[in-house]
Amino acid sequence: MEFILPFIIGILFSASLYLILHRHFFRLILGLILSGLATNLFLFVIGRLTRGGSAIIGQDESVAVEPFADPVPQALLLTAIVIGFGIQSFTIVLIKRVYQSFGTTDLDDMNTTDQIDENH
Amino acid sequence: MNHLLIMLPILIPLYGAILSLFFWRSVRVQQFIGILAQVCLLVATFLLLFDINENGIRTTQIGSWPAPFGITLVADLFSAMMVITSSITGTAIYLFSIKGLDKARQSFGYYPVLLILQLGVSGACLTGDLFNLFVWFEVLLICCFVLIALGGTKPQLEGAIKYVTINFLATNFLLTGIGVVYGTLGSLNLAELAVLVRMPVAHPALITMAGMFFLIAFGIKAAIFPLFFWLPASYHTPPIAISAFIAGIITKVGMYALIRLFTLIFVTDQDLTIPLFTVLAGFTMVIGVLGAASQNDFRKILSFHIVSQIGYMLMGLALFTPLAIAGSIYFIIHNILVKTNLFLISGVVARRHGTFALKKLGGIYLQQPLLSVLFFISAFSLAGIPPLSGFWGKFMLARAGFEIDSFAIVLVSLAVSLMTLFSMTKIWNEVFWKKKPDVDPLSEVMTQQQQRDLRLLHLPVVLMTGFILFVGLYAEPVVAMAQLAAEQLLNSELYINAVLKR
Repeated sequence: MEFILPFIIGILFSASLYLILHRHFFRLILGLILSGLATNLFLFVIGRLTRGGSAIIGQDESVAVEPFADPVPQALLLTAIVIGFGIQSFTIVLIKRVYQSFGTTDLDDMNTTDQIDENH
Repeated sequence: MNHLLIMLPILIPLYGAILSLFFWRSVRVQQFIGILAQVCLLVATFLLLFDINENGIRTTQIGSWPAPFGITLVADLFSAMMVITSSITGTAIYLFSIKGLDKARQSFGYYPVLLILQLGVSGACLTGDLFNLFVWFEVLLICCFVLIALGGTKPQLEGAIKYVTINFLATNFLLTGIGVVYGTLGSLNLAELAVLVRMPVAHPALITMAGMFFLIAFGIKAAIFPLFFWLPASYHTPPIAISAFIAGIITKVGMYALIRLFTLIFVTDQDLTIPLFTVLAGFTMVIGVLGAASQNDFRKILSFHIVSQIGYMLMGLALFTPLAIAGSIYFIIHNILVKTNLFLISGVVARRHGTFALKKLGGIYLQQPLLSVLFFISAFSLAGIPPLSGFWGKFMLARAGFEIDSFAIVLVSLAVSLMTLFSMTKIWNEVFWKKKPDVDPLSEVMTQQQQRDLRLLHLPVVLMTGFILFVGLYAEPVVAMAQLAAEQLLNSELYINAVLKR
């Protein structure tokens, strides 16, 4: 299992980059979500996977029994998921709003703020 | 009491924001709470600075969990100077917003969001924990997203979509970097990390790799050379009160994080980082100033100059001597004040004449001589004319560069100063000096109410110019403090001992 995860993370990252670079709004949303997922998965794996051992200290012990899973990455992951979720939902609403006022789904139409307007 | 003093820059905006959310329907009360909170914050940050100046680095442990396990808040001189500058800016922005922002936006949660943005800035500057730093950055970024999109005009939405996308990517880079650091070193506390990287580690290359992740993440947030394109595309779109605050503060907080991390933790591979920073700093300066020269819109010129000025701050980090870091710190303080003030002035001009286009503006020196003088001071300060504030920062950086024979980067920085002066004189000529083209007599007429509002808008500009003049003309204590702050940054032992209480 641990052997496959790095490849999954790599595939997720590259797929998300491809989708973000695409012109269509919907693919942008998908890309952002995938990129968030890839990062979260990376954070999860980085603490080394230990199965079946939680870091809970029993009533008669003073330290947790080895081997136990590192709880810190799990805590980080939880925070990162919540924050990522908030930003993603904001992005989706924003993109919907952009679609409503521009009437287009093509990111190539979004180039007016960069232009130097000569006869402004 | 001392622990409370570190918490206050975080608690005041937090409680202010919560309190003003209770008065959602009454903009007046929100304005009052906002200004009260900003003034309290200003007092608290000054008290914090005096305290640190006397007693050295201050720390507090949230929830009393001892240092490497819980979240630590650390206030050294650099972070205290950052929060003071951000609270000065915040106060000016609040004063400006009351008359300078339309009622619709004000009544849609503008004041609470601005306070939470201030909360994020304070938190990012005071935290001593890597993951906590990420969380504070998210707090301030999501406020920026909301503020840029607030009102939902077409250019704003377009700017927001670019801003959100690129910053979301930066966030993911940051998280990946944090993951690599935790995976290799097994800690997130900055002080403990600083101890761990200085001991022989199994994979030094992995730490450098993590450093590069942080460089990309904060490089995007600070708008460093190949990663700055979102900035001129989005910063000029929201109303001026919002873009002044965001343009003044946010990129510099990214720069703060870079300086903090690359003086404390990622110092192990300086054969790579120092040449890299030198090249990036040079390109950031040059590209930014050239971009500004090609623009002909008041706000867009100023936006591109943010990029150019970031190069100077990075230059201090690239030279990596005590004097250079002190120069960077001084430059950050000076730049936050000056840049915000220039944006505010462009807002006052646009309020009177309804446009930011240089071609349509003109003759303001004749109509508003006071405003012209205020612009003159700020613009020359930005370009670095002695004895104004920009000069001292550039002087320290250039001298530090000459001391270690880095002539190329110093020459580039001096040439860029000259180009900055060119852009500022361009604005001066077009907006203030030349005759106003095709004057429409009807548009020149103002009611008494409008005239009173316009006069009130000058108040924050005068306030900021006062601080700019103070930092420039009475530079000695500020420079001395920047040098002390640089010493604290470069002697990591001080930071480590203060946090881990060894």
